[in-house]
Amino acid sequence: MEPQTPAPTLTGAEILWAVLAGEGVTTVFGYPGGAILPIYDALRKFPIHHVLVRHEQGAAHMADGYARASGRVGVCMATSGPGATNLVTGLATAMLDSIPVVAITGQVSSKVLGSDAFQEVDITGITLPITKHNFLVTRAEDIAPAVRRAFQIARSGRPGPVLVDITKDAQQATAAFDFETAKPLPVRPHPMLRAESTSFQQAVDLILGARRPILLAGHGITQSGAEAEVLAFAEARQIPIATTLLGLGSIPAGHPLSLGMMGMHGESWVNTAIQQSDLLLAFGMRFDDRVTGNIASYAPKAKKIHIEIDPSEINKNVKVDVALIGDLKETLARLLPQLPKKMDASWLKEINASKGTAAVRDIINLPDNGHLYAAHVIHDIWREAQAAGREHDTVIVTDVGQHQMWEAQYFKHEAPRSLVTSGGLGTMGFALPAAIGAKSACPQKDVWVIAGDGGFQMTACELSTIVQEGLAINIAVINNGFLGMVRQWQETFYDKNYSASPILSPDFVKLAGAHGIEGATVSTRRDVTSTVTHARTSGKAFLINFHVEKEDAVYPMIAPGAALHEMVRRPDRDPLLETAEDE
Amino acid sequence: MLHTFVALVEDKPGVLTRVASLFRRLNINIVSLTVGESERADTSRMTIVCEAPEGAAHRIRASLYKLEITVDVDEVGRSEAVIRELCLIKVAAGPNSPHGQQSRSQIFELATVFRARVVDLAPESIMLEMTGAASKIEGLIQVLRESSFDILEVSRTGRMAMRRGHHTSRVLKALGTPGSQPFSAEQNADEPDYALKPASEDFLANQFPEVHEEEQ
Ligand SMILES: Cc1ncc(C[n+]2csc(CCOP(=O)(O)OP(=O)(O)O)c2C)c(N)n1
Repeated sequence: MEPQTPAPTLTGAEILWAVLAGEGVTTVFGYPGGAILPIYDALRKFPIHHVLVRHEQGAAHMADGYARASGRVGVCMATSGPGATNLVTGLATAMLDSIPVVAITGQVSSKVLGSDAFQEVDITGITLPITKHNFLVTRAEDIAPAVRRAFQIARSGRPGPVLVDITKDAQQATAAFDFETAKPLPVRPHPMLRAESTSFQQAVDLILGARRPILLAGHGITQSGAEAEVLAFAEARQIPIATTLLGLGSIPAGHPLSLGMMGMHGESWVNTAIQQSDLLLAFGMRFDDRVTGNIASYAPKAKKIHIEIDPSEINKNVKVDVALIGDLKETLARLLPQLPKKMDASWLKEINASKGTAAVRDIINLPDNGHLYAAHVIHDIWREAQAAGREHDTVIVTDVGQHQMWEAQYFKHEAPRSLVTSGGLGTMGFALPAAIGAKSACPQKDVWVIAGDGGFQMTACELSTIVQEGLAINIAVINNGFLGMVRQWQETFYDKNYSASPILSPDFVKLAGAHGIEGATVSTRRDVTSTVTHARTSGKAFLINFHVEKEDAVYPMIAPGAALHEMVRRPDRDPLLETAEDE
Repeated sequence: MLHTFVALVEDKPGVLTRVASLFRRLNINIVSLTVGESERADTSRMTIVCEAPEGAAHRIRASLYKLEITVDVDEVGRSEAVIRELCLIKVAAGPNSPHGQQSRSQIFELATVFRARVVDLAPESIMLEMTGAASKIEGLIQVLRESSFDILEVSRTGRMAMRRGHHTSRVLKALGTPGSQPFSAEQNADEPDYALKPASEDFLANQFPEVHEEEQ
């Protein structure tokens, strides 16, 4: 392969940007500093937009939110030392949710590596367990191969974050660079495995023999782009579908076979159906402890089929009968033709009948009693999206806590990638920066932040980034004066000893105002819809401070260690109703 | 129980840390770990012996396999593999040692019985080199102790394992033998070998048949 003309010579910094551009990167999120200045200096020569964040944790979350909302690789960058360590929480968040992110960090010059030089930190060592892979690059000629490999690793197989640490001298040195050969590497999972035909036969036999099958829909469905295959599979065999938190949206919530979310805060009929099932089909999910409850009593009657790309997930938490290792979309394409259609919907009817009064007890169905519940707010944001015909064009980015669970319960996700939430690590402070990433990736979509008063304050500095970037992001702060989820656990398990869970907040509307963002406070249900509509249609960023019930709790709930069917149901009569003005 | 894994890994800085970090994260104690060059360029072969519950083997192997630096992993049982260890033992053997002037000849005798070699002879000490199964090495050390020789130093390499007969690894088959097939054909010669992976683009059939066997 002799190139026609000799490859041009570029600096390491220029090579980095050229490779990023070659990978199709249009936006990066970062923060400059000494050890990465050569890279920032070369930025002006390339058609890539740099979003200046206010804290590097935000950069990592933005890259993460960008990737979740778009399916593309998100890119963040930071300088050496403190810049790099500030990325750590964001990388861990991406790691636990298998999000393709490439982080570029500057590093001190290779000549002083390991000498405790100014702002030197061993970031490849620090991030070893929270990245899928990482590279330390000390020569300009190694930058292109390392960065191309980083993208390949990030998006192949089970995706994940990859960090490339580039020494300052490598950024400054020059090397030959051939634009033609620096094309993206093909997606290539490692390990490259696919299931054997004997396993397929075993799976088919189990499926044909099952009378009460449940499909457990996980994040892997969207990662693999297998939404259509999964739906076709479920429809062909009339298999009801329960979703994990990160699986929400992979199956339209309104689909007749869709049961809703399973696990700790899933609806009781969903969890009961799992416990009664005779066959669980786990598709791209990992039997996290939040979805299984007590493992010993989990789905005791069910055989289990696990389709999973990562072999180390097989038999990790739950012992399975058949494992089909490989990409979900490909695996289902092979499995589906082997299954005859089935019309019998009696199992689904049985589950639907078991819903009983649970739906009626739902707070949404209770008359307005003058109190504002978080559930109302989320329900109304969903109704607004629906009324505007924007169900498929709305991305909700949540923080972590009670509001996150209410979002999962009350916002009916119809489209993949319409929910961005930190499931595995449960990182408070995720929502605001991740929403900036999501809006940058999908400017035409309505992006809502739903955050608690606690988590919002963890990364509120990024309000300024929203303004600098001119992003029309809607922000709903669910303000209950507490670290709500902590308070709920203290109420239930620690005798209402509210140790360190009441939290003082600034006036969020004024805070937004100080940044140049308009806002409003809402404390009654009747004002929710009009304010939400106003925010959505304002064409600018807008913050709504929702003053909601202070001591509301997320139900249903499975206590830690309890079995999946031992749920604490929603109280028959909401105690708060007793004091309502209109009673 | 003891598990023995043989892993083919890239020969790069930090590879040992990645493997060691995996065991640390799984909270599994490494009993021994040997690394050295293999028959393939830029690739090392590691033997890792660890103490872990019986059911943990699959997960350890799959996690090792998942590391980007890993080319192949095999778990080998005692009967399927030759497992060897090298040991150096320094024993006091001068006129002032417990067996006095007799020391040398007695140690020579023991060495012959255990097929150990004398590799260094100093006025006050003898160094023995022994290769064999761990139990044989432990046998020699025990006899030396029981015969009240003064053991000054022991250094053991830890176990090294190699599967008997033709290997069955699909990965290695896909890679081909180093002489007959270029190792990674698509690699640019001047490009660092970040993509040391099977030359064949084909996906490999599941390497983890035991996940199905366990139920039976
Ligand atoms: C960075 C971080 N610190 C601590 C926690 C533990 N934690 C989980 S939920 C929660 C409370 C969240 O409170 P808030 O943001 O007000 O949301 P709410 O639960 O009230 O909706 C806390 C402290 C966490 N998940 N992440």
